Amino acid sequence: MTTLRLGQMILKDCGEKSWRLADYEARGGYQALRRVLQEQWPPERIVEEVKASALRGRGGAGFPTGLKWSFMPRQFPGEKYVVCNSDEGEPGTFKDRDILRYNPHSVIEGMTLAAYAMGASRGYNYIHGEIYEVYERFEEAIAEARAAGYLGENILGSGFSFELYAHLGYGAYICGEETALLESIEGKKGQPRFKPPFPASYGLYGRPTTINNTETFASIPFLLTMGGEAFHRLGKPNNGGMKIFSVSGHVNRPGNYELPLGTPFAKLLELAGGVRGGRRLKAVIPGGSSTPVLPAAVMMECTLDYDSLAKAGSMLGSGAVIVMDETTCMVRALERLSYFYYEESCGQCTPCREGTGWLYRVVHRIERGEGRSEDLDLLQRVTTQIMGRTICALGEAASLPVQSFINHFRDEFLHHIEKKCCLVPREVQRAGSEIAVEA
Amino acid sequence: MLSQEALARIDREIAKYPPGKKQSAVMAALRIAQEEHGWLSQEIISFVAEYLEMPPVAVYEVATFYNMFDLKPVGRYKITVCTNLPCALSGGEHAADHLKERLGIGFGETTSDGLFTLKEGECMGACGDAPVILVNNRRMFCRMTRERLDSLLESLRAESEEKGRR
Repeated sequence: MTTLRLGQMILKDCGEKSWRLADYEARGGYQALRRVLQEQWPPERIVEEVKASALRGRGGAGFPTGLKWSFMPRQFPGEKYVVCNSDEGEPGTFKDRDILRYNPHSVIEGMTLAAYAMGASRGYNYIHGEIYEVYERFEEAIAEARAAGYLGENILGSGFSFELYAHLGYGAYICGEETALLESIEGKKGQPRFKPPFPASYGLYGRPTTINNTETFASIPFLLTMGGEAFHRLGKPNNGGMKIFSVSGHVNRPGNYELPLGTPFAKLLELAGGVRGGRRLKAVIPGGSSTPVLPAAVMMECTLDYDSLAKAGSMLGSGAVIVMDETTCMVRALERLSYFYYEESCGQCTPCREGTGWLYRVVHRIERGEGRSEDLDLLQRVTTQIMGRTICALGEAASLPVQSFINHFRDEFLHHIEKKCCLVPREVQRAGSEIAVEA
Repeated sequence: MLSQEALARIDREIAKYPPGKKQSAVMAALRIAQEEHGWLSQEIISFVAEYLEMPPVAVYEVATFYNMFDLKPVGRYKITVCTNLPCALSGGEHAADHLKERLGIGFGETTSDGLFTLKEGECMGACGDAPVILVNNRRMFCRMTRERLDSLLESLRAESEEKGRR
């Protein structure tokens, strides 16, 4: 009863009964922090190691972490913050939940090392509201770390101090956007801020702030222990390290698989037990619901890394692989995603607030057999009127699925519009999406 | 308006933030208030505003922005089912249909005995565990077959009766 299927670095030897401090220490945990503090590493050395590792942001954007850290004005006087984005709500993504419940101390150590590198003395981990039990466990892990001297005043007698707290979200996808998340910690509606200024200069409470994803922070202790170069070599050039892939949808063994970047998709599909019921693969959303869908034939040729998927016209995103087999109606699949973005638009920018409603309503009428011949052009036009005209990337996230679904599965949309019905009979869809839980 | 225990919990949340940043605890305060009262009335919102020294409208904005806050009464057990795409591919809709049938209500409705409210949820970040449901924003139940859903409803009914007797 766990979604953790294969852990090779962050999730190696982790599980429901081995998340505590003593377990983490037995796995070599907090050694990186000990070494950095004992040897009094200059903070720049940590940033250089992270740069050498080619670690890229694991939350979805894939921005080079070392570069992001180098933007922090560490000499700037006064309070600076380190913030972890555990507001994992991108449909398909469920890796941070496993990191937080099975190896919470890797996040705590990673954030503490980041704080040391950036000269920050306070940090927050913003945890998705729906995983309350995981939030409670993380609070317990913080208490353990504090009692053992890994957090708080004068950590391990080094003179370096760092306080860490958990903040629980309460049901807003948009708070996964970093500036919305900061607004939310400040006790406001989670509406994204204009950038620039970026959080490195104007972040939490207007102070310099570094914000990274859970998996990014959790990678740091491993990266520093093995060295940036070695971490880089785990993956492939420009795509350093291991990545946790969350596999959901029509596979026999959904779950989290931690693999080197550059692993062929076919290998991941095999690990996940193949397509459910031996059916034919139809399409894959490779990086979370916001990334463009790819047809089976294209996906089977891809390796799982930032560059390969970008070349194929999609994105690695958060590493959330949503698998759809031949029983899937692509119009209906898009309808559900479009509803999600319509529901979750924060309402701040008119093109997104109104546009996501248009996208949902038009896809909805096509799905119901009430589509018009001009609807596909209309959808295309709405997406171009949203993209690039909003404060944050939610507009793009809502538009890319619409464009890619229509682009790759135009025939299905036309069939819905012309024949007023679905290419895949409703009962086949129903049977294909039946509850499928392993014994 | 809130118990001493609830106020103590809110104070612990306030302590997480720098001096003068009480407002940062507003989500936690509303959550704790909702846990105690079942939902957020205007009076509770005003109380939280006063407690955190915020304008009531700023608290109201937060309460209406985040989906897990309830601004209307809900049943003793609020059951939220994820029907987003990854879950829908793996039985999320079947699970929702089963609950609707068993409870005789649709999404957004409450059973006449006031015990259950059914809600359609967005991604809970547990897609590999589909079907996933969340009870009262706190307890997550994974890989819910029809049998497991039935026994969950049964145990919640029993739990409620138990509480009623005490």
